[in-house]
Amino acid sequence: MSAREEILGRIERVVPTRPAADVAADYARIDRGYLRRHHDDGVLALFAERVADYRAAVVRVPEHELPAAIAERLAARPGEHGIASGLPEEWTAATAAPLVRDPAADALDGLAGAVTGCAAAIAETGTIVLDHGPGQGPRALSLVPDYHLIVVRAAQVFPDVPEALERLDPSRPLTFVSGPSATSDIELSRVEGVHGPRTLEVLIAE
Amino acid sequence: MSPTAGTDRVAETMPTYVGMPSFPDAAREAVADARLRGNLAHATTTIRGRRAAAVAELDDWEALRAAGKQIKDHVLANLGHYLRLLEENVTAAGGTVHWARDAAEANRIVAGLVKATGETEVVKVKSMATQEIGLNEALAEEGIAAYETDLAELIVQLGDDRPSHILVPAIHRNRSDIRDIFLRAMDDAPEGLTDSPAELAEAARRHLRAKFLSAKVGVSGVNFAVADTGTLVVLESEGNGRMCLTLPETLISVMGVEKLVPSWRDLEVFLQLLPRSSTAERMNPYTSTWTGTHPGDGPRDFHLVLLDNGRTATLADDVGRQALRCIRCSACLNVCPVYQRAGGHAYGSPYPGPIGAILSPQIRGIGSDVDASLPYASSLCGACFEACPVAIDIPEVLVHLRARAVEQGPRHPLERAAMGAAGWTLRSPTRLALAQRAASMGRRFAGRRGRIRRLPGPLSAWTETRDAPVPPPESFRAWWARTNGGTEGDGR
Repeated sequence: MSAREEILGRIERVVPTRPAADVAADYARIDRGYLRRHHDDGVLALFAERVADYRAAVVRVPEHELPAAIAERLAARPGEHGIASGLPEEWTAATAAPLVRDPAADALDGLAGAVTGCAAAIAETGTIVLDHGPGQGPRALSLVPDYHLIVVRAAQVFPDVPEALERLDPSRPLTFVSGPSATSDIELSRVEGVHGPRTLEVLIAE
Repeated sequence: MSPTAGTDRVAETMPTYVGMPSFPDAAREAVADARLRGNLAHATTTIRGRRAAAVAELDDWEALRAAGKQIKDHVLANLGHYLRLLEENVTAAGGTVHWARDAAEANRIVAGLVKATGETEVVKVKSMATQEIGLNEALAEEGIAAYETDLAELIVQLGDDRPSHILVPAIHRNRSDIRDIFLRAMDDAPEGLTDSPAELAEAARRHLRAKFLSAKVGVSGVNFAVADTGTLVVLESEGNGRMCLTLPETLISVMGVEKLVPSWRDLEVFLQLLPRSSTAERMNPYTSTWTGTHPGDGPRDFHLVLLDNGRTATLADDVGRQALRCIRCSACLNVCPVYQRAGGHAYGSPYPGPIGAILSPQIRGIGSDVDASLPYASSLCGACFEACPVAIDIPEVLVHLRARAVEQGPRHPLERAAMGAAGWTLRSPTRLALAQRAASMGRRFAGRRGRIRRLPGPLSAWTETRDAPVPPPESFRAWWARTNGGTEGDGR
């Protein structure tokens, strides 16, 4: 007997499989008395505050000032920065720093940083979610370089976890980012900066 | 292999640490180690306070906890259905699913997959399942080097040590211990390395960077697997997980068959429960999700190993089954007075603390001294139950397993001690069952700190002399007092 048949057989003897409709009916009865969100108002301010709590730099900028804000951030970090196809052209229109579009995998470790957009953000937890679609690049782009600048549009910020998850597509690879790389492994205290980007900066475009 | 095949079963399922004494013997040594006690007290006290604050921030915590419990119970009640659904969806998304009856089979599968790539090195992200099956040791026997990349696992690996905490395996090491280990065992440790946590983290970053960039095979565990989409989820902090999940060409993930949630939506519960319970954060720094393979992004080859290893035997136990709800947050360790003093090593298993005391004997069977003694490694104070984000009634399972240990376990001094101290209650499974119900009832009368002041009716006789409902063979406090904090001979 294959391992698969044997394991499923052991399970079957304890909890026999029931018709899918019955399973679905039971699932629907799960009591979800928890809140869909913990805050209704001031969601952008809450998001900025919660991201900053992780010791990430957060700046709220009007949409039209975004190019200047990006240029200023990158100028402070000498070296080449990676961007992905699909990043709005105007975002980097004012940038003087050298940019590498769609860098090769073996070039990532030599980059000073990466600039990406995102798919959604969660105010309550200060989380930004990348789905690695246009303007975000493959997962390695925002992982290997030591600096990550993320642009979050105001409309992408949801109050809490449930509403953000609803809008994400699980068939895509997703990366949830809450602050810079950190560890709690030394005496259970949070220390920023291990393997992922040690500096995270967030521009909220409104 | 029969679920009660005794010590043979232990070897096939989860290795007991070599020469592991029973819990009381191991705990005696640990408690006598003042430095270990100091490190543990500092770390667990810090995290307890922070966790309480993180939980208090959400006024619907109890509703989230109830939902988490119900979702996991629903999965367990329909496990065959959801495993088939997961297999179907992972396969449809380009992954390959393997099934492993026990640790030995899982290790053979993983070693075979690594060999098929022609590689002799793998990078690993911290995983309880691979700890449980002793994967690193099994790979080493096949000539494959497994590099742990989580900072704490690295500390344990470089220090030739054993993990002592689910979340922070090197919790028994303080910063100066860690510096000493790095200077001794890390070939590229910077000269003049101090014990500043930032410098230690920097040293680990430099040490592992080349490994990440050249690794062709990654090995991970899984925090959650979403049945209806085939999505796998890994929560982490350092970015080593993202490296292992993203950069290699081949990814092999090992998960216990119980780590399922039915639907994508269910993550809205667990992504709130887990980070706050484990690292006391609103959210952990990084969570990665992937579904099969993603062309142009990440591994080209993805393998998922579904591990039974005693879980179906645990499922068959109506009372013990709830241990399979565990999401490995480690909150129960941090609040446990026994864990805080004895440390993780005394439990003789990758799963220490209260959850380990009910998980290890169920996964491995109670054929060994350490497993038969684990259900006694508790004062039944109930703090673990209160802290558990999926409401596992750990004291209830402990009492249940004590009955099983008395019925099936090896006859050793612990049993006699238990008999002597607990008298008639433990001698009969029927009476124990009554005591067990009383114990869970007792928790309903428990005060804020999880201590039972007074039970109603005939049970009041118990609480006149003690504040825990079922007497352990010797309570930790009594032992502590008798041996003057473990510094004097036991005289038993």
